[in-house]
Amino acid sequence: MSALSPETWTAIRLTIELATLTTVILLVVGAPIAWWLARSRSWWKEPIATVIAMPLVLPPTVLGFYLLLALGPNGPGGMIAGLWNERTLAFTFEGLVIGSVAYSMPFVVQPIRNAFEAMGDRPLEVAATLRASPWRAFWTVAVPLARPGFLSGAVLGFAHTVGEFGIVLMIGGSIPGKTKVLSVAVYDYVETMQWREANILAAGMAIFAFIVILAMTLIEKRVARAGR
Amino acid sequence: MGGRIIKASFRGSVGSFSLDAAFETPARGVTALFGPSGCGKTTVLRCIAGLNRLRQGYCAIDGETWQDASSFLPTHKRPIGYVFQEASLFPHLCVRRNLLYGAGGPRRAGQSDAIRFDEVVDLLGLAALLDRAPRHLSGGERQRVAIGRALLSQPSLMLMDEPLSALDRQAKDEILPFLERLHESLSLPVIYVAHDMDEIERLADHLVLMDAGRVVAAGPLAALQSDPNLPLAKTRSAAVSLDAVVESFDANYGVATLVVSGGRFLVPASRVAPGESRRIRILASDVSLASEVGPRSTILNVLPSRILTGTPSGEHEITAILGLGFEGDGARLLARVTRRSWDLLGLEAGMSVYAQVKAVAFAPGRTASFHG
Repeated sequence: MSALSPETWTAIRLTIELATLTTVILLVVGAPIAWWLARSRSWWKEPIATVIAMPLVLPPTVLGFYLLLALGPNGPGGMIAGLWNERTLAFTFEGLVIGSVAYSMPFVVQPIRNAFEAMGDRPLEVAATLRASPWRAFWTVAVPLARPGFLSGAVLGFAHTVGEFGIVLMIGGSIPGKTKVLSVAVYDYVETMQWREANILAAGMAIFAFIVILAMTLIEKRVARAGR
Repeated sequence: MGGRIIKASFRGSVGSFSLDAAFETPARGVTALFGPSGCGKTTVLRCIAGLNRLRQGYCAIDGETWQDASSFLPTHKRPIGYVFQEASLFPHLCVRRNLLYGAGGPRRAGQSDAIRFDEVVDLLGLAALLDRAPRHLSGGERQRVAIGRALLSQPSLMLMDEPLSALDRQAKDEILPFLERLHESLSLPVIYVAHDMDEIERLADHLVLMDAGRVVAAGPLAALQSDPNLPLAKTRSAAVSLDAVVESFDANYGVATLVVSGGRFLVPASRVAPGESRRIRILASDVSLASEVGPRSTILNVLPSRILTGTPSGEHEITAILGLGFEGDGARLLARVTRRSWDLLGLEAGMSVYAQVKAVAFAPGRTASFHG
């Protein structure tokens, strides 16, 4: 694998770091949101679900533009950055993580929400009649039963973070070792006519996408079987 | 011990259904909630469990209040065992871990003995299933595991929502004996929702009759079966269930003598031990009336009794309620006779008659735990 330049290796490492961190954050934050969306009867749960789903249809440049404002010196991101004497979160790795979380949120929340909804009230009622507190029922019944949803949420969240391009360009730029992830690297190689590097990366990402989609299909098959 | 009582009263609507049901029943033996589909039995049971919450509700078990105007104990704090219509086992846990999910909680005050794992496995015949996944069990096996799981949570009250209705005939016959053994070996009060009179005649001690969200009547099973104002006595298959004690057994003829209040029945039997309690069932259509003791006949049971009431059933039949004994103060029987015979013999309430009982059936498998 010495065929790849050190710069490419840096981009690969950075991409994996970004996607892993984003996925972990999304599972921790997304699970309670998905739980609430699946079980609440409040009228404003659908408007909130809609806000979470918006990155699905918004052009990445639009989302990127708003994120740039939010992360910049005059937005909340700038205030947070001020805590460690920086001016802005834009064009930083931290900013990229925040952007990725927002962008990939629907891909994680939706499958988990579906899994929570599909299992219905019954398992939780059974748990309650067996003296399980709501907290215990969540961890010992709801989460294990929704495991396929967590699995596909994690896979989709990871894959979409790896594949994002427009937002990275808007809020991250292309700073090697900080914000230059694979999708941006491919773009740069094409710009500078480094076809060999571009070819290898593009093929690698195509294979990655193939594996992800195949894995998703297999997980869904398993869910359908278990749901019988 | 006579004071232990379950009080339940729920009023309100669930979706478009309105419920206004109140009853009291002793906190011992099996109380059946009975009525046509959609009459609110299941809702009442869910309210007792705290799974549904109606605004106007009161529920107290044995002096302990679970719900009143100002308080509502959440389900997981109520010492209940709940068996749903479908077994609803946790699919991600093996049978053993399903059984143990609710076990290990604190033992309830006032409960003499903890229900032990080995005991339940033995009682319900689960030993061979312990390491299996729920999806590899038959319907009957699943429901047995669900019953065991509920028992092992050490409940002070069992709630069972038509636990047999989702099963076929064969699986039902497989589980009923377990329920009967349960009833004998554990002194655990049970509220049992059913719409099948067969199950009730086998299992129930008390009955709560419901219709259209309301309680029509509540009381001991035999009293409601023989109440002329209730629909039970008017059905084609009207019958009374009596808990009798075996007085003697004639092995030569294979006939047992059973004592109930106010009379004795001779019943063909294979083997019964004197002193044993057995539940017997007598159909109204198997009882005919005579105004005097006739010539000797092959009918085993001719019992002096008194007509308490006679109510028309349809156009041409009369359903009579009899009290056993010359004074008519013993156990009650139902007799279905034609209106023609009724008029011919000049029968009326208050008259002394002889009840000729063509058939007395043992409720299959059951030995009643009731000692009167």
